[in-house]
Amino acid sequence: MRWRHLDRSLLLWLLAAGVLVALVANPIARLLWTSVQGAGGLTLDNYVTAFSRWRYVEALGNSLILGLSVGVLCAVFGVPMAWAVSRTDMPGKSLVWIAVLGTFIVPNYLSAVAWILLAGPNAGWLNRSWTALTGAAAGPFNIYSMPGLVLVVAASSFPYMFVFTRSALDLISSEMEDAATTLGAGLWRTTLRVTLPLTLPAILAAFIVAFLEAIAIFGAPALIALPGRFQVVTTMLWQFFEFPPKVEVAAAYAMPLLAITVLLFWLQQRIIARKGYIALTGKGGERRMVRLGRWRWVVLGYCLFVTSLSFFLPMLVVLQAAFAKAWGRGFSLDNLTLHNLRFVLVDQPLTRAATVHTFVYGGVSAMLALVLALAIAYIVRRGLVPYGRALSYVAMAPFVIPGIVLAIGFYASYTSPPLVLYGTAWILILAFTTRFLPIAYANSDAALRSINPELEDAVRILGGGRLLALRRVVGPLLKRGLAGAFILVFIPATRELSSAIFLCTAGTQVLAVLLFDKSDEGNFEYLSAIGLILVLGTVAMVLAGFRLVGRDFMLRRTAT
Amino acid sequence: MSKLVLTGVGCRFGNVAAVDDLSLAMAAGEFVSLLGPSGCGKTTTLRMIAGLLHPTSGTITMDGEVISSPGSSLPPEKRNMSMIFQSYAIWPNMTVAENVGFGLEIRRFSRADIRAKVDQILEVVHLGHLRDRYPSELSGGQQQRVALARAIVVQPAVLLLDEPLSNLDANLREEMRYEIRRLHDEFHITTVYVTHDQAEAMVTSDRIAVMNQGRIEQVDAPRTLYARPRTRFVAGFIGRTNFLDGEVHGDKVLFDHFTIPLARFPEAGALHGRVSFSLRPQSIHLHRVRVPQQPLGAAEGACVIAGRVVQRAYLGEHWDYAVRPLASALQLRVTARPHEVFEVNESVWLELDPGQLAHIHDKVAHPG
Repeated sequence: MRWRHLDRSLLLWLLAAGVLVALVANPIARLLWTSVQGAGGLTLDNYVTAFSRWRYVEALGNSLILGLSVGVLCAVFGVPMAWAVSRTDMPGKSLVWIAVLGTFIVPNYLSAVAWILLAGPNAGWLNRSWTALTGAAAGPFNIYSMPGLVLVVAASSFPYMFVFTRSALDLISSEMEDAATTLGAGLWRTTLRVTLPLTLPAILAAFIVAFLEAIAIFGAPALIALPGRFQVVTTMLWQFFEFPPKVEVAAAYAMPLLAITVLLFWLQQRIIARKGYIALTGKGGERRMVRLGRWRWVVLGYCLFVTSLSFFLPMLVVLQAAFAKAWGRGFSLDNLTLHNLRFVLVDQPLTRAATVHTFVYGGVSAMLALVLALAIAYIVRRGLVPYGRALSYVAMAPFVIPGIVLAIGFYASYTSPPLVLYGTAWILILAFTTRFLPIAYANSDAALRSINPELEDAVRILGGGRLLALRRVVGPLLKRGLAGAFILVFIPATRELSSAIFLCTAGTQVLAVLLFDKSDEGNFEYLSAIGLILVLGTVAMVLAGFRLVGRDFMLRRTAT
Repeated sequence: MSKLVLTGVGCRFGNVAAVDDLSLAMAAGEFVSLLGPSGCGKTTTLRMIAGLLHPTSGTITMDGEVISSPGSSLPPEKRNMSMIFQSYAIWPNMTVAENVGFGLEIRRFSRADIRAKVDQILEVVHLGHLRDRYPSELSGGQQQRVALARAIVVQPAVLLLDEPLSNLDANLREEMRYEIRRLHDEFHITTVYVTHDQAEAMVTSDRIAVMNQGRIEQVDAPRTLYARPRTRFVAGFIGRTNFLDGEVHGDKVLFDHFTIPLARFPEAGALHGRVSFSLRPQSIHLHRVRVPQQPLGAAEGACVIAGRVVQRAYLGEHWDYAVRPLASALQLRVTARPHEVFEVNESVWLELDPGQLAHIHDKVAHPG
């Protein structure tokens, strides 16, 4: 045919599409395949094993209880706060906002460590305060329980509820409420009958996100449920991997988790898509703040109470423990030491290596995810290959795969030939890349959408190829947006536990896994020091993001 | 300078034919406008010429080489064309000089050559003093000139313009029309200009192709197009006009309560049965008394019809009258000079020259 007519960059696009499909589809396919593997070929035995023991089924039930309770508690925490910040003249809004952002930054397993320090039986700070105040023999709090787990997970996931509800409230104009007020409805009736129903879809969507987060989470349940002698799905999956690993049973056991997640995300998209009902017309119209009078101090008190549970108290005890010789000795100058941090960062080769791994793996996977996501978004937006739309679904698919399930898929795919990656850093890097690809994709796509295609057409008509257009025009224009996307992938990748726990080996430890491994030893000073390093790394990244992209860049993640 | 030929070009999106069986041959160095309402397929045609869209039927050839066909198309970067986009598409991350020099850079000119050529073209478009500014620091008109300079400096085989003036204010738009024609007179680049504004097309073009619903209705020089439109659409789209529908009876054409001898029409031989004509408002003159004295139906000279003024508007530069021939349901629009004042309901004589009645068809008589 006419070679002059061939666009050589086409090969590159096909390669990118191939990499994407291999990265996402292979683990999922292998997961399904493994779940029906038996000694004598295809079998459903694994499913029978996975769901025939009461212990296993009970764990499933526990996960549902956990998910629903967390959803409800998140609403109790998040909705009033969102209303207070969005619609009232409550003082101290920026403090509340910072505390919510802070909650995002504390990983759930660190929050679990902090709550063990706060509400562990007998030794926890809250129990000791209680006995000191009342003279009782023992404190009432026991974090090693289902209510304890619900509190910890809800305290770390309620920001979703806050953000979703708040953005819905921000779009409801005061005129809609005025319409009710002019008909004689008072503040409370208006709020309950007009404002709240209008935000209900957003609350429901956030409820689903919180529920899914709660059932997919590994760190907090492992630290709290296991000592508390109960199981949830994720801890059960972890136990299937204890030597000798029963990968086939684990794969079968993971299916309900996968199915529920896919189903609920589909439902959530349906809810969000019903814009007509929400009446969010974009232009919010004028909004006035509700004057609370003296009640504003009560509302502020509630906000501070919630953020104390989620952020202030946990950070306080983590900081204390990280810098303490022994955390139980309390807040005094002679208890202060830098030993824990130095030990983690400098003295111990294992932790020192894990620190380096954490940030290197995170950086490399963020880079890979971004390059791949950008290439795919570009292919889809410009219609470069047939059926490109399907690629965007593939790129977003990991969003509905719990990290722990994805990890089992990776384990099943890359522990046996043809491609053995288990034991190398690459299995972690590729798993992180896949897991956070949707974040990179949503951001790349949004950034690309902001660029007029005519800017590229202008390069091409003047004689430059697509690659030149990307390098000289699209790239420079996307720089800021992509820097933000990089950070949004880098942050979760450095803190990822639920997939790393299955894929780490002795030579490829990362901090999150190390923190979990060390929890057996009960050395909370080291755990806190490790957690603090992760938090500080995140804070540095977030601040860099603010400088590069602006204050709202964290929120774009929730737009997916 | 290149010869550009479109043969039976079509472009379908799903079931919709955006462009349908379009043929157009352009001489080297010719300036042709594609003129039509939005959605008529003119931008689609332009993007096919550029190689940014692929035709689903037909071929486009440049200097004899097939550059677009349903099977395969030469990518835009290998066509040696330039294009000016509706959004200008000035790269915001490059200065004026970098924008203009980009095409030269791709063509591997030496740094000194690039500098010299850029400076020269910037002088031509009066932007020499702004060479190191970024696009965001320029006005709309200046950005437009950057786009022009960037497109012309590479001396393309073909220059394509996609509604380049639609984002400018009225005064600037008028100025830029002449600027574009001036640059064409200076560089003689084969040019295709897409617009929906007939004045733009008339100022700039050697020929205008009027498009409607994916087809070309007529291609002609501006004067011909205005004086002798061939279809109802062209007559109505280019300027204002009156439509006269009649029927040939023997040696006369019967209209609504008046007749004109067949022999008076320039295209008399081609007229049969029902016929339609376009008559421009300027081609009708109003008189208080019946001058000239020829009766309607005389063998030569103007035709005169009695009528009555129904409506009038004074627009400063001229009068706009609506006049109804006696007993007729027809209302004719007449443009008169400011001193020609008639009152509403006044009886007048309409003088019209059958030589200026353009015979029109309802549909395009498509060749092939």
